[in-house]
Amino acid sequence: MRRLVFLAPVVVFAGVMVAFALGLGHDPSVLPSTLIGKPVPAFSLPPVRPGDGGLASPQLASGGGPRLLNAFASWCVACRVEHPLLLGLKAQGVPIDGLDWKDKSADAEKYLTQQGDPYQRVGNDESGRAGIDLGVAGVPETFVVDGHGRVRYKQVGPITPDDWTRTIQPLMERLRRE
Amino acid sequence: MTPEIGQLALSLALMLALVQAGALLVGAWRVDPSLMAVGRTAAGLQLAFVALAFVCLAACYVDGDYSVQLVAEHSNRAQPLIYRIGATWGSHEGSMLLWVLILSVYGCAVALFGGSLRETLQARVVGVQGVVGAAFIGFLIFTSNPFVRLWPAPPDGAELNPILQDPGLVFHPPVLYLGYVGLSIAFSFAIAALLEGRVDANWGRWVRPWVLAAWIFLTVGITMGSVWSYYTLGWGGWWFWDPVENASLMPWLLATALLHSCLVLEKRGALVSWTLLLAILTFSMSLVGTFLVRSGVLTSVHAFAIDAQRGVYILGIIAVLTGLALGLYAWRAPALKTGSLFGLVSKEYAITVNNLFLAAATATVFLGTFYPVFAETFNGDKISVGPPYYNLTFAPIFMLLFVVVSFGPMLNWKRDEGAALLRRLRSPALAAAAALVLAILIFGVRHAMAAIGFALGAWLVAGAGVVLARRWRLGEGARADRLRRIRTTPLAVWGLVFAHAGLGVTTLGITAMAGWQANLVTTMIAGQRVVISGKHVTLTGVRTVQGPNYEASQAAFQVDTLAGPRVMVSERRLFPASQTTTTQAAINVGLFGNVYISIGEQSANGGLVVRMWNHPLVDFIWGGAFLMAFGGAVSLADRRLRVAVVRRARRPAASPAPVLP
Repeated sequence: MRRLVFLAPVVVFAGVMVAFALGLGHDPSVLPSTLIGKPVPAFSLPPVRPGDGGLASPQLASGGGPRLLNAFASWCVACRVEHPLLLGLKAQGVPIDGLDWKDKSADAEKYLTQQGDPYQRVGNDESGRAGIDLGVAGVPETFVVDGHGRVRYKQVGPITPDDWTRTIQPLMERLRRE
Repeated sequence: MTPEIGQLALSLALMLALVQAGALLVGAWRVDPSLMAVGRTAAGLQLAFVALAFVCLAACYVDGDYSVQLVAEHSNRAQPLIYRIGATWGSHEGSMLLWVLILSVYGCAVALFGGSLRETLQARVVGVQGVVGAAFIGFLIFTSNPFVRLWPAPPDGAELNPILQDPGLVFHPPVLYLGYVGLSIAFSFAIAALLEGRVDANWGRWVRPWVLAAWIFLTVGITMGSVWSYYTLGWGGWWFWDPVENASLMPWLLATALLHSCLVLEKRGALVSWTLLLAILTFSMSLVGTFLVRSGVLTSVHAFAIDAQRGVYILGIIAVLTGLALGLYAWRAPALKTGSLFGLVSKEYAITVNNLFLAAATATVFLGTFYPVFAETFNGDKISVGPPYYNLTFAPIFMLLFVVVSFGPMLNWKRDEGAALLRRLRSPALAAAAALVLAILIFGVRHAMAAIGFALGAWLVAGAGVVLARRWRLGEGARADRLRRIRTTPLAVWGLVFAHAGLGVTTLGITAMAGWQANLVTTMIAGQRVVISGKHVTLTGVRTVQGPNYEASQAAFQVDTLAGPRVMVSERRLFPASQTTTTQAAINVGLFGNVYISIGEQSANGGLVVRMWNHPLVDFIWGGAFLMAFGGAVSLADRRLRVAVVRRARRPAASPAPVLP
């Protein structure tokens, strides 16, 4: 019995080694979304801009064409970097909805008043609950949602002009024809 | 020529490490003094050749020999000399060479200064160091050769990662490695003891200074890293639970446990097999840290170039070294003589409890760090755990540990009385209670957790103070007696007092940061004023400046503090060679906290994105950590004297002193 206690460390160690060896094959920097091809999880969020309707998941499906769902927050520096690009997309007529993540709606409203407002609808997810269902790990993150309300693509981090012209825009073109 | 000399030196060092390992381990087994002498000579020569290889690499950087691929990738002509030297260990290959160099230094030190050890024990220790050395020199040569040439040679090099171009880089890695690699000595001593089949108090006396030295370096290295990330990464935090930070925290926690269990082993001959296990696990954690940084199993701000082949090699080294060590432990440790028994109220027991808490804390960090690997391997999930996990697991364990810390020094060895213990702890308990009540009265019940933190800080600092008060017995005896008692306080006691008080100071800092840190993100134009935590901050101007190898936009702020207005300058640097930007945060350091400002990009309408923090007592965190390391150093100064005394007393009886040519 006493001997078994002394054997325990080497046995535990062997288990850990096996896990490490298996783990070596994976690339940890790829963050796939498990939602690709699946409907946007259900949520209904209160408004950021006083007097409008907030954002609920069924609204994402009703549009016909594909749209963007952009998770952002007023405290997020990278979102400020991305913001001018979103305003530009709005000017081109790309429909964008905003998910204000782990943020106070008053702060977000001030942010949108100061920086400009690219969103058709904005919902406030102060608790981050809807963010968890969507698999938001940080902001900004952007989902491409098709006309049937299914997630087709997820961008982690700010959208760069390159990301837009090379990946997201062609995808949205294709979805529009579908 | 230089890189070829380096390459050759490294190859010779590999041969010599194999000779060192073979001659010493076989020599010790056969008790063959001449074979052991050969091994010791090999250890000295191995160090000489590794040092030569290191000097060759450094020379390539200083000369700017861009025909060497590593030099071309990590330095260029515009880079200041100090960063060209620092770049020697700024890459994966170079830092590994530094790692190996430090390992050789430690091994050679035992060969040189371990003359008073039992000869076979010394031979086995240096032999095991040779095995570890051979494994890692092989790793360098076969997977990460630093001397690979580039043809045709580029006229100028690329650039060292700009966030590494900082005085912090020049010192942080070497100090940290002195700590990490220093733990290899404890590992080698444990293996040697298991091979010999005997562990005695003398073993503890020998191992403790090595562990203490490594612990001091590790403490300083981790603290420097924390300070460095605070001011260069521009996130304004002091700890991020980043996998690589955790990789340095785990050996630190176990080394702290080992330090205390060695004390029990040395003074009382108890906790024998536990101490051996700790010694093996502590160095294994260093190895796991190395694996983590260089294999790409996890993403981290620290990760070097990802290369699965290197990961496989290091994993192999860990599997063999730790696997064999733990196997040997399972086989030999049960037969070791168990130490003397001790009561429930005793210093031994308090230290055992401290060890268990530290081990449990290490386990939570290990689980949190590697959970993503385990989760992905077993059910394919991509999950990582963050601060909420550590707040739920690590923090409570550490709070309990802090309570126990002040018990140990108040207890006698072997057996003590509970009532007497409580009497001795009266004043720290009063200090803690006063801190708790005051904090709740001032800040309200809403900050109850912070109040508990302050109480723990007060408990630790007062608990350290009581150690001195008890020793000095200030109320008793003539004035001369009292003075003598104060003067003759051993350095080891001072060391304990500084280290435990330092822990208290760090706790106060962490508590204040957790409770009252304030943060503000805004867009500012010149002349605009904002208020953060009652302090007025004005953006006075923005300009562009030219550095040696970067271009920076510089924003000047004026902060109104109690001591009058202060000017703060925050920078954002663009390094054209690598097209990367770094932030140089402006930090106004004050006794009660820092104001921290980092700037972002200029937005289209001319406003500047500014991120501001108020960091109450944040410098206490590092101050306390440095105080801990200082305590360690004070204690080490005392140890050296005592080891010397032991050596003189043992000389006549010991086997003939080994000679190192």
